[in-house]
Amino acid sequence: MTKPTPPNQKLDIEKILEGLESYHPPRKGWTWRDVPEGGVDMGPFHFRDMSKPLERSIGLPASKYFDHIDPQPSCVVTTEIASGRFEDDLRRMRMAAWHGADHIMVIRTTGQSHIDGLLEGTPEGIGGVPITRKQIRASRKACDEIEKEVGRPINFHSYVSGVAGPEVAVLFAEEGINGAHQDPQYNVLYRNVNMYRSFVDAAEAKRVMAGARIFQIDGAHNANATAKAGWLVMPELMVQHGFNCAFSVAVGMDKDLIGLSTVPPNAPPAPKLWYDLPYAVALRDFFSDFKMRAQQNTRYIEADIEEAVRTHTVDTLISMLTRADIQSTITPDEGRNVPWHYNNIRGVQTVKQTWAALDGIKELLTLNHDGPLGEMVRDLKERAVAFLEEVLEVGGYFAAVEKGFFVDSAKYPERSGDGIARDGNGGVGAGSLVARDADYLAPVCDHFGTNHVPVNAEKPCDPIDGCTLCCPEKIVFIDELDPEDNCNRRLEKTLPYRKGNAIRPEAEWAGDGTVLVQLFVPENEEIAPVYAVEMAKKMGLVDPEVINTMVLHPAEGCFVEVKGKVAFDIDRTTLKIPEKEVILPEQELRDAVKAVGLKVVAGTVGEDEHSVGLREILDIKHGGIEKYGVKYHYLGTSVPIGKLVDAAIETGAHAILISTIISHNDVHRAQMRKLAELCREKGIRDRIVLVAGGTQVNRDMAKETGLDATFGRGTKGIHVVNAMVKALRTRGAV
Amino acid sequence: MTDDRISRFEARREALAKLSDEELKARFWELTNRVVEPIVDLARSHTSPSIERSVLLRMGIDSVSSQGVVKRIHDAGLLGKGAGHVVLKVSRKTGADVRAAAQAILDDRTVLDGLFQAGSEGRK
Repeated sequence: MTKPTPPNQKLDIEKILEGLESYHPPRKGWTWRDVPEGGVDMGPFHFRDMSKPLERSIGLPASKYFDHIDPQPSCVVTTEIASGRFEDDLRRMRMAAWHGADHIMVIRTTGQSHIDGLLEGTPEGIGGVPITRKQIRASRKACDEIEKEVGRPINFHSYVSGVAGPEVAVLFAEEGINGAHQDPQYNVLYRNVNMYRSFVDAAEAKRVMAGARIFQIDGAHNANATAKAGWLVMPELMVQHGFNCAFSVAVGMDKDLIGLSTVPPNAPPAPKLWYDLPYAVALRDFFSDFKMRAQQNTRYIEADIEEAVRTHTVDTLISMLTRADIQSTITPDEGRNVPWHYNNIRGVQTVKQTWAALDGIKELLTLNHDGPLGEMVRDLKERAVAFLEEVLEVGGYFAAVEKGFFVDSAKYPERSGDGIARDGNGGVGAGSLVARDADYLAPVCDHFGTNHVPVNAEKPCDPIDGCTLCCPEKIVFIDELDPEDNCNRRLEKTLPYRKGNAIRPEAEWAGDGTVLVQLFVPENEEIAPVYAVEMAKKMGLVDPEVINTMVLHPAEGCFVEVKGKVAFDIDRTTLKIPEKEVILPEQELRDAVKAVGLKVVAGTVGEDEHSVGLREILDIKHGGIEKYGVKYHYLGTSVPIGKLVDAAIETGAHAILISTIISHNDVHRAQMRKLAELCREKGIRDRIVLVAGGTQVNRDMAKETGLDATFGRGTKGIHVVNAMVKALRTRGAV
Repeated sequence: MTDDRISRFEARREALAKLSDEELKARFWELTNRVVEPIVDLARSHTSPSIERSVLLRMGIDSVSSQGVVKRIHDAGLLGKGAGHVVLKVSRKTGADVRAAAQAILDDRTVLDGLFQAGSEGRK
């Protein structure tokens, strides 16, 4: 077992790729979060619906006001990561896990569902990742490391659909994939795989998944992402969920490993709750034995990130008002580009923030089933049952598909006639089924259906002395098939950005250089985006493209977002990184202040009447130096330097604090220099600490002006106390 | 036709309205299972190239060879026996291990000839 990567080190991708030929997953099957019975105490709060906190994580920005707590929802939280280059996704997985994702879903490359067999190696994908044994092993191995870092198991997930479903399922079972989409209806409706082939394959795939305890998610939610009016197909959605659940149970899956992929189908400006809540309740009533994987709405996501986040917040509210065992997140930039690193984090944060805010909401509020909610719930259920009756009336599932029963955009029983109809004799893989002979045999485990295993065999795989599911060492690992299109070639190119000193921003891939510029243009909708592209070009961005334009007023202007690529590197070693100031522990500061009886004189200098900043540094009310026991003598505003120095001598002060806002003609620097000089002239420089602050002042100015410490914006009293105590220590005064 | 569908829906609706919530739920699952049952039977009694390749994978045969082997077996009209079954037979007949038997099928299609003649082992 290797140790986890230290938090201050990047994942070593090359090291992860080493020894994959002999890698086997240390654990198989799905893992739920550890949810303590009586809730979770964190910081000053008690949470009712949270799981065990992470060992390492990054909380919401405001967590700094709450002892840095990072409450983790009771449900599993999903993020979808698939940039086309899995080696770059590994780093994003790590970042997502640190923010609270424990279900990482990898979307497959375009067209993989039509490939009749397994892919091998690590070719680059489009809109997703080519799912291969090598890619899975590397990703699972990275997850092993990441979960040790955060202290919580990570579920790794992909898709068992298309014409190679059984093989993909075996691959997933062998390699320890924890969750997978599997729904034969998805293949039929959206991938035009032959309907008979799709279901026969699905039975085998599901049995294999069941054997490896892989959690299954269905594909019904695609109907409301596809239908013209996503909120009308709800009765049909219940029927689709029902078929996949019943079929899965019939071929041997446990109900607790079967999840419904369900999406609140509507979005504002529609009155979302009046559609999504009754649907959520009806579904959870009928499917009480099964798990709910609540997805967020994608049907009505546009290019506007904030709009998506707001809709997803309400989606999460609906999950909390009803039930979600898994809360999936949609990256809020999905409406405008392939998701970028930081938008995965934003998606996770939306759930984390909503869940914390509404923790235990069901103890405070109950749904009113007596009013319209109950009626709407009942209505949906009756329509769903009637739908089923009609399916049976026309001759069953396959006949219903041929007649276009599914993904019709009208609310059942109405029909728009735009449903997806498929021919039983058509589609990918039509005519490929073969009836099993009377002596059919498959000498392997987790095989579904007729199988004439020798009567004396204890396990089906006895005739071959064990299958790969029992003896993983029998698995054949194929490294690369294409000498050019593979991760090793890509990693060579990105090496300077990952392990060298070159820095470039990135959105998806190491060194991609992608940046986003946000701007307001006081021009109309026609002019603003054209301007934004020209501006980006002049800024030196390559391939500029407007990805969002929001009209603020038809004439007054637009908010525009333009992306582009930075074409240059900056060498890390040329950057001047300010040294990080270490703040001594508060108690240590108080003790030191007390020991010397620290006294200071303070005032604003020059012709400067600004005193707010200095008062905040001084006063106890604002957490100023007084809070730490420092006695101060405040001389007011526009105080001559000489007067401050004299006052310091008179009162026996240990330090002089000056504040200066005005900076034209470098007057602030002049005042600071003058202070140091005067103290030297009076012979007190060795025993007095000199500190200056102001909005135009920065930490580097101390050296050039001869002071002990200088401070800019955002400075607090503790920083000043810290600097004074350190200076006094250096002189041996404390 | 459409009017007919709607009027039948109305009639169904009237009957369903008499069911309690629990009865309605039970009806949902009863009908769902009834729809699914014949599909499960179809799956039990049929196989596909992908299923058979997945069997060979589990027997420790690599993905690239599995493609070719299943195609050969399919072309020989033997997929209904089970590809794993065929490979196992070749293995027993030639004394080679399972992987070598798969390779033999790829190298020489005649190894499949007469594999399932009457009197050969394996029929139960």
